[in-house]
Amino acid sequence: MNLNWLIVLPVVSALAILPFSQLKQVRSIAAIGATLQLLLSCVLLYVFMQDPASGMSGSLAFESSYAWYKPLHIYHSVGVDGISIAMIMLTAIVVLAGVLISWNMEKMSREFFFLLMLLSAGAYGYFISTDVFTMFFFLELAVVPKFLLIGIWGSGKKEYSATKLVLMLMGASALVFIGLSGLYFNNASGNLSFNMSELAANPLSVEQQKFFFPFAFIGFGVFTALFPFHTWVPDGHSSAPTAASMFLAGISMKLGGYGILRVATTIMPEAAHYYSPYIIVLSAIAILYGSFATMMQTDLKYINAYSSVSHTGFVLFGIGMLTKTAIAGAVIQMVSHGLMTALFFAVIGMVYERTHTRMVDKMGGLLKTIPFISTVFMIAGLTSLGLPGFSGFVAEMMVFIGSWENGGTLHRVATIAATASIVVTAVYILRAIGKVIMGPVEHEAYFEFKDARWNEKTAAIILVAAILVIGITPFLINHLITPGTEAIMNKLVANP
Amino acid sequence: MVQDFFLLMRSELMLILIIFGLLFLKLGNARLKNETVMNMVNVVLIATLAMGFLVKDTGMIFGNMFHTTDLIRLEKNILTLGTLIISLQSYQWLKAHKHAMEFYLLLISTLLGMFFMLSSANLLMFYLGLELSTIPLAAMVNFDLHKKQSSEAAFKMIVSSAFSSALLLMGISWMYGIVGSVSYSAIAAAISGSPLEILAFVMILAGFGFKISAVPFHLWTADVYEGAPIPVTSYLSVISKGAILFVFITVLYSVFRSMGDTWYYMLYILSVATMLIGNLFAMRQQNMKRFLAFSSIAQVGFILLGISGQSVASSTSLIFFVLIYIFSNLAAFGVVSLVSSAYGKEKVDDYKGFYQTNPLLAWTLAIALFSLAGIPPTAGFFGKFFLILAGAAKGNWLLITIAALNMIISLYYYLRVVKAMFMDHNAAPLEKINTPLSPKIALIICIVGILITGLYSGAYEYIYSLVS
Repeated sequence: MNLNWLIVLPVVSALAILPFSQLKQVRSIAAIGATLQLLLSCVLLYVFMQDPASGMSGSLAFESSYAWYKPLHIYHSVGVDGISIAMIMLTAIVVLAGVLISWNMEKMSREFFFLLMLLSAGAYGYFISTDVFTMFFFLELAVVPKFLLIGIWGSGKKEYSATKLVLMLMGASALVFIGLSGLYFNNASGNLSFNMSELAANPLSVEQQKFFFPFAFIGFGVFTALFPFHTWVPDGHSSAPTAASMFLAGISMKLGGYGILRVATTIMPEAAHYYSPYIIVLSAIAILYGSFATMMQTDLKYINAYSSVSHTGFVLFGIGMLTKTAIAGAVIQMVSHGLMTALFFAVIGMVYERTHTRMVDKMGGLLKTIPFISTVFMIAGLTSLGLPGFSGFVAEMMVFIGSWENGGTLHRVATIAATASIVVTAVYILRAIGKVIMGPVEHEAYFEFKDARWNEKTAAIILVAAILVIGITPFLINHLITPGTEAIMNKLVANP
Repeated sequence: MVQDFFLLMRSELMLILIIFGLLFLKLGNARLKNETVMNMVNVVLIATLAMGFLVKDTGMIFGNMFHTTDLIRLEKNILTLGTLIISLQSYQWLKAHKHAMEFYLLLISTLLGMFFMLSSANLLMFYLGLELSTIPLAAMVNFDLHKKQSSEAAFKMIVSSAFSSALLLMGISWMYGIVGSVSYSAIAAAISGSPLEILAFVMILAGFGFKISAVPFHLWTADVYEGAPIPVTSYLSVISKGAILFVFITVLYSVFRSMGDTWYYMLYILSVATMLIGNLFAMRQQNMKRFLAFSSIAQVGFILLGISGQSVASSTSLIFFVLIYIFSNLAAFGVVSLVSSAYGKEKVDDYKGFYQTNPLLAWTLAIALFSLAGIPPTAGFFGKFFLILAGAAKGNWLLITIAALNMIISLYYYLRVVKAMFMDHNAAPLEKINTPLSPKIALIICIVGILITGLYSGAYEYIYSLVS
């Protein structure tokens, strides 16, 4: 199967939107495009699982390569393993849900859906690239549309947030670029190369790795809200329109974690060992700081944004542990957090549309008036809290178990500290749910609210279903990603 | 010999044809409409462009003063294309101007000067071409005859370029004193990096620095750009700068190659200073022309970084970048020029709410700015990153980090304009602008160029094959 369809499809749907200006036409094209993307991803998943030769052996599947800038040894080469497929599925689901949530986007609808499709093209391209320059190209492609999405359709201090987000993320990708060019010039093969497997086969000397690892790690880390570079997250997420928040938290933040796994740990394994303690300390701070900061928030979007800092902290935490279970946990946490946070932002959008407030203390008793939305709200909350049966539990559990496999004292202490965040998470989630969903109905007007429309329902159901699939049958996703994580692990074990 | 003459100098001859044609028309007091003149010139420029691509040939004439290779021909074509775009864009400004014919006379003369400069195989020939391209340019800067600012700009331009030419001549004459020849190949063979040679080189470098407005030789740039009519500003910022850069790289790479280690550090310092100062000043500009002036200074910083790499990839990336820069900057200037000629407004704040009334022009300007900032999928991304990559080959990671941070600063001010157009509210945004056909064609060429040149690698590979 040709993976490039994953790039072609969103680009074509984005271009197909351009000639139209009516909301109805535009949104139908976007919805068709997003549905096709999801179908294509499902086909990809199916073919991948069916094909034992290429699929599950740990090497990349469906590889193809086109010379792009040949004199510079830049190729557009693509290939996937289980981890990429999990990310692609996540992207497809979140994009479809995002399109459905934005069904009534009256303001400049054509531009809105165009940018959304462009973003998804960037994300797919990023996840399938096996050439780091191409990967970098798609990484940056997935940044600037966010500036427009937040700045035009956002709320609150949107210009400030949009500028901050874009500058921080572009700064991050500039760091990534330095790391990548370090690999390009210094790899052991003596050839200039951006090819991932070639780079992994010809690693840099340990000294060079130690020099370039921080560039790549911090660069990708900023995308994943690495402490202390997480400050774009709360502002960006809370100012963005619903679909953009979903995309930002659901997919964008995963670009970083995926990049670290692919580039930082696989290509520079020795440096990963060397820097592991630093990663652990920073991500443990992010986990704890994020969860305590969330406790102080009263705005639902800020609650979810800060809790995202805490939750994506687990991704870096798992990766930093450098054990098989922890890395698998980190991957599942990426998918789980992507789905959960997209669901959360979607439901916050639905609530806000009705109550016109996002302040926790101004709401109450929504369960009595809009039961569907409230139930979804609760599911999102409980997933975030890590309740068994939902995906969050599986992911965090695996990260923690994996953490104990690493015997370092610092790693143990950090694990114990990070575990404490579970309690804090429970506090803020239960408090928010208790105030917003339960309790007496705050206003008379609440009784007039209409429950979720079909588009909102569909979006929520898709996301909830995905969360439940991971939560109840975690072995499916584990089976999917294991060859990929094993390949990374082999690299790490072979190069202590 | 005669055949060689016509073949090798065909681009120059075409331009001379335009110049004399216009002169005769002027002398014969022909009462032609400005539009007719413009269309005629444009057609001949297109013909020049086509002829440039037609036959491949390499050779030297005039006692090895003038040489042509396929690469030089490509560089000339790039400049011709840029001039054609500017000529299309100046339609609105020129159509009511009393001296359209003279404008073209001067414009084509400068282009001719650049062609001679590019083809020079000899410092004297180079100097001749440089002056032929600079002096008419000062007259062009003064072309808004009723504006005081325009005359002031022209005066600044002529003084500063006279000064820089003097420096350059000083360097050239010292070089002649040392080597006993002004031909490139003789100098390249003779120099060894002695202190006197370095001094002469510094003079030459300073002369170049003025022309490409590298910091600390940039002080004339912003005032001249602001005072000059917009088509002239865009010509100054892309065509004249591009031509000098093409020559600069020839001089550095073939004449002073053996002094590579010495000038690497000079370029390093110039590059850092240029990027930093250009970016920091661009952040605070309110006038679009000044803003683009400082942004173009910052771009030169990246170019110097790329040149410092001293490889085939460096020259390729430079030429590639100039091509992309022509598209991006001319698209930006094209929109600014349309707005300015319709409403006389040039402030960034005037662009608030521009998207509501002129969505297509707003997108054009946004894409141009994205390309200048180096954001994918525009060609500027490739241009800029290939330059940095070429520079990174030297392994000076401090320089690369500074460059990367500068990209973020530049992104900030480019986005400021995008923000004004798309996000800021304005009760009375600029009215809808009716774009005449020829500026529209120019903008379409630019946008297509921005979108295609990067994603499709053909241009880069072609340049690479010519360079190596």
